Amino acid sequence: MMDIPFQALVSQAMLGLNNGAFYALLSLGLAVIYGMLDVVNFAHGAFYMLGAFLALIGLDYLPVWTGIEGLRLGFWMALLLVPPLVGLLGITVEALMLRRIARLQPIYGLLLTFGLALILEGLFANHFNSGGEPYGGKPAALEGAVDLGFMMFPRYRLFSMVLAIVVCLAVWWGIERTRFGAQLRAGTENPDVARAFGINVPRLRSLTYFLGTALAGLAGVVAAPIYTVSPHMGSEIVIVIFAVVVIGGMGSILGAVVTGLALGLLEGLVKVIYPPLANTVIFVVMALVLLWRPAGLFGREA
Amino acid sequence: MSAARAPGLLGSPALLSWIGVLALGVLLPFLVYPVLAMEMLCFALFASAFNLLLGYGGLLSFGHAAFFGIGAYVCGHAAKVWQLDPLLALACGTAAGVMLGVAFGAVAIRRQGIYFAMVTLALAQIVYFVLLQAPFTGGEDGLQGIPRGALLGVLDLQSESVLLGQRAAWGLYGLVLAVTVSGHFLIARVLASPTGLALRSVQEHEPRARSLGLPASGLKFGMLVLSAGLAALAGALKALVLGLAALTDATWQMSGEVVLMTLIGGVGTLAGPAVGAGLLRYLHHTLAGLGSWVTVVLGGIFVFCVLVFRRGMIGEWLAWWQRSRAAVGSSGR
Amino acid sequence: MQQTLQRSLDSKTRQRWNGRLGGLACALCALLPVAGWAGPNGIKIGVLTDMSGQYAAISGPGSVVAAQMAIDDFGGKVLGKPITLVSADHQNKADIGVAKAREWIDTQNVDMIADLVNSGVAIAVQKLGAEKHRITIVNGAGSTALTNKECSPFGVHYAYDTYAIAKGTATALAKQGLDSWFFLQADYAFGQALQSDAARIVTGLGGKVTGTVKHPFNTTDFASYLLQAQSSGAKVVGLANAGADFTNAVKQAREFGLKQTIAGLLVFDTDIKALGLATAQGMKFTTAYTWELNAETEAFGKRFLAKHNAMPTMSQAGVYSSTMMYLNAVKAANSDDAEAVMKKMRELTVNDFFAKNGKLRPDGRFVHDMYLVEVKSPAESRSNWDQLKLVATIPGDQAFMPLAESTCPLIHK
Repeated sequence: MMDIPFQALVSQAMLGLNNGAFYALLSLGLAVIYGMLDVVNFAHGAFYMLGAFLALIGLDYLPVWTGIEGLRLGFWMALLLVPPLVGLLGITVEALMLRRIARLQPIYGLLLTFGLALILEGLFANHFNSGGEPYGGKPAALEGAVDLGFMMFPRYRLFSMVLAIVVCLAVWWGIERTRFGAQLRAGTENPDVARAFGINVPRLRSLTYFLGTALAGLAGVVAAPIYTVSPHMGSEIVIVIFAVVVIGGMGSILGAVVTGLALGLLEGLVKVIYPPLANTVIFVVMALVLLWRPAGLFGREA
Repeated sequence: MSAARAPGLLGSPALLSWIGVLALGVLLPFLVYPVLAMEMLCFALFASAFNLLLGYGGLLSFGHAAFFGIGAYVCGHAAKVWQLDPLLALACGTAAGVMLGVAFGAVAIRRQGIYFAMVTLALAQIVYFVLLQAPFTGGEDGLQGIPRGALLGVLDLQSESVLLGQRAAWGLYGLVLAVTVSGHFLIARVLASPTGLALRSVQEHEPRARSLGLPASGLKFGMLVLSAGLAALAGALKALVLGLAALTDATWQMSGEVVLMTLIGGVGTLAGPAVGAGLLRYLHHTLAGLGSWVTVVLGGIFVFCVLVFRRGMIGEWLAWWQRSRAAVGSSGR
Repeated sequence: MQQTLQRSLDSKTRQRWNGRLGGLACALCALLPVAGWAGPNGIKIGVLTDMSGQYAAISGPGSVVAAQMAIDDFGGKVLGKPITLVSADHQNKADIGVAKAREWIDTQNVDMIADLVNSGVAIAVQKLGAEKHRITIVNGAGSTALTNKECSPFGVHYAYDTYAIAKGTATALAKQGLDSWFFLQADYAFGQALQSDAARIVTGLGGKVTGTVKHPFNTTDFASYLLQAQSSGAKVVGLANAGADFTNAVKQAREFGLKQTIAGLLVFDTDIKALGLATAQGMKFTTAYTWELNAETEAFGKRFLAKHNAMPTMSQAGVYSSTMMYLNAVKAANSDDAEAVMKKMRELTVNDFFAKNGKLRPDGRFVHDMYLVEVKSPAESRSNWDQLKLVATIPGDQAFMPLAESTCPLIHK
C-alpha cells in the first residue's frame, strides 16, 4: 500500500475516466429529464440496458428470429438505430403514463419508473441468461490496443470515451445555444409563461423525454462491446448515476457531465489507493457534498 | 400523498382491521406453509415501520432495506458469535437500526421529497457495501448458520411439533407473532399520542406547523429513528426465522419492495402495509417457480398502483366504508 | 423428460393445495387431530441449481437432464416405488436456496438434494441437511469447506473440489518454472476456498504469491483488476473464479495485452466453448471428467449431447454418477432412511464412466481420479466439441486433500 507505482495510478485513472464518460452520458440524460419533467427517471438504467440488448439482438438474434441473414445489424447500424428506438419507447411511456401523474408529487414519478425498470429487467432476465451474454460485434477497425506509453489501452475503449465526451458537449451546446435549447430552458423555468409565448409545452416534454432516453440507449450500445450485456447492468449503474446527478445538482446539465467524469476518475484512483472503498466512494462524496451544499455542486437552492 | 390518507385511525374501521389482522395472524400458519407465515409477519412489521415515515411523516425513504439488513446481520452475529439469548440478539439488531437511523437522520432529515428519497438511497448503498465487505458478514454468502436458540434459556425455538395437524416450530411462531403484534401496537400508540398528531399536522402543512411552534425537523427525526428501529427489529426476526442474514435484505430492490408493500396495502393506513406485505410475500412464494416473471409481476403491480390505485387496498376499503356511511364525506380526493 | 417434469410439478401443486385446504379445514373446525399428509413413500430427488444465471451453463438445466437420465437408467423405480424429480432455481442466493430446500423437506419430503452449484448456497443447504437429516450431494460447488470446517454426516462432495483442481494445475505450471502467482478472486465462499487452496499449494511447491485482488461475483469489467495483476510482476495470473467471471477475465486480459500466463483454476468444457479454441488454446487445467478421455466417457457424452445440445461438464456428469450411486445405496439399504443410505454409500465402490474405484470418505469427500488436460489448437480439433486432450491422470489419493489434513470435526472426535 505504501508505494503505489505511478504507472498503475495513471492506468487506473484512464480506466476511471472511461467509466466516468459513461456516468456523464447517463447522468446527462437523467438531468435533462429531471430538469424538464420533474421526473426522477428510475427507469434510466433499464433504458441503458435496453440499448445494449437491442444491439445484441440486432447482431445475434434478429437473423435467427426472422430467418433472414441480411437482417444482421452490426455495431454501426445499432449505434444509428437503437438510440431513436429507445427514445420512441421513452415517448410512449411519457405519453401513456407519466403525463397522467404529472400533477402529483414527483415521488409518484419515481415510483412509476421504478416499476417500469422492474418490468424491463424481469422481461430480459427471462429471455436471456441473467448472468449476461457477450456482445461480439465490436467493429474490426477498433480491435486491438493503443500504446499510450504508460499502458496498452484497448482502442475501442478509447473510442467509447471520446464518443461519450463529444456527445455530452454537443448536447450541452444544443441546450445552451440553440433555439430548441432556449425553448427547453424556458419550459423548464416556467411552463406557464412559456406556453403564453406560444411554445408547445406538451410536445417539448415529449421531445425531452425522447432525448433523455435516447441518450441512455446510446450509452447502452456503446457499453455493449465492453461489458457483458446483462439484464442487471442497468440496475447496477442507476444508483451511481443518481448519486452523480445529486452531487452535480439536480437538473444541472453541466453539473452532470463534469461530476460524472470527475467521479469516474476518483473511483479509479480509489481502486489503487484503497480498493474496498471503491464501490462506496461516490456515495460518501454525495453525503459530504449534501452536508456542505444541499443543492449540489452546480445546483441552485430550491 | 394526501389523497391516500384516511382519518380515524383508532376509530371502528381501523379497529375492525386490527381484529382481522390479529385473527389472520393466528390462522396464518394453518393456511400457508408456517415458515412462509413467519416471513410474512416479519415483512408486515417492516412495511408498517416504513409506513410510519411515508404515511405519517410524508417522507419517502428509498433506503429502508439498510435498517432491515443491519438488523438481520447484527442480530445474527449476536446470536451466532456472541451466543446471546434470542431476545438479547433481537435487541442488539434493533439497537443497531436505531443508531443507523440517527446517522441517516443527521444527513437527510432536512431534505424533502425526491431529495430525501435519493439521499436515503445513497446512504443505504453505503450500508450495503459495508455488509458486503466487512469481515464478519460472510460477503456474498451472507451470515449463515444463525442458531434460533432458546428464548430466555427456556422456550426452545428450534424444535418442531405438531399442533392441530400442522407441523411447525410453534415456539418460534409464537415469538414472531408476539413481536409483530407488539410492534404494530407501539406504532398505533405513537400515532394516537400528541406527538403523532403533531407529526400529522407537520405533514399536512409544514410551514403552518412550524409557525405554531412545532419542532418539525425534530418530530420527523424522531419518527425516522423509531421507524429504523422497528425495521431493524423486523430484519432481526427474519434472520432468526431463516437462520441466515442475506445480502438480499439490504439491497435497494428490497427498499423498493417495501415501498410497494405499503403502496399496495394503503399508504397512511395502519393495517394496509401489513396486508400488502403478506400479499407480496405470498406472491413471491407462489410465483417462485416462474423465475424472473416475479420481477415483471411486481413491476406491473407497481405501475398499476401508481397510476390508478394510489389509495391501496385498505385505503380503498376505508374510503368505500366511509362513503357508505355517507354521514361524513370522504376527505380524500 | 419435459413431461415427467410437468407431471411432477402438477402433483406438487396439487399436493400443496391439498395440504393447504386440509390445514384450513383443520384450523376451522379444530376438532379432530388429523394425521399429517406425508408424501408417498417413493424417493424424491430435488435438483437445486442455478437455472438462469452465471452457472446455468455449467450446471443448471443440464444437471436436471443428468439426474433424469440417471433415474431413467435406473428404471424409474426403487424398492418398488417411483422415483420423482423436482428442480428449482436458487438464483445463486443462499437465502433463496435454503428457503427452497427447507420447503422441499418440510412439505414435499424430498429425500436427497443434488447439484448445488455455488459454494455459498451449497454450504448453507448442506447445513440444513445436517439439521434435518437429509442427504445433500454437492457436484456443482467446489469449496473444500464442505468437507472440512463445514462437513456434515449427511453431506457428500462428489465431482471435484478447489484443492484438487488447484493442485493439478499449479503443479503442472511449477514444472514449467512458472512459480510466482497473482490471484483474481471471486469474493465469496468458493473464490476464497480456491484462492487459499491454490496459494497453499503454490507456496508448498516453493513458489510465491505476490498478491490477490478480490472482485464481486458476476463482474463484467475486469480491467482494473487485470491492470493490478499486470503491475504485480507475477509470472502467472491465477483466476480463482468460474463461469462467466472466468471467461470475461480471460477475454479482457487479451484485450489489455497481458503477457503473463493466465491460469484458469476451475474451467468447464462449456467455458472453452464460450471462449473459442483460438483464445483458449494451450491452457492447462484440471478436471474430473471430459468426454474426450475414453470410449466410456464419450458414450455418456454423446447420449447427453443428444438430450441437452451441449457436452456434459464435470458437474453434470457428476450429478448423473452420484444420483446413480445414491439410488444403488437406497436399494442396498432397502430403506430411504438417510442414515442407512449414507452408511451404504460409504460401503459402495463406484465403477462407472465417471469414477474408477471411487470411494466415499468419512468427511464426505468422494475420492476418484482427476485429469490434467490441455486445450487443443483449432488445427488439432476434429469436431465441434473436440477441445481437450489428456496430459496426465492424477490418481485419486494424490488428487484430493489427504484425510489426515482434513479439519472436519466428524473424523477428529
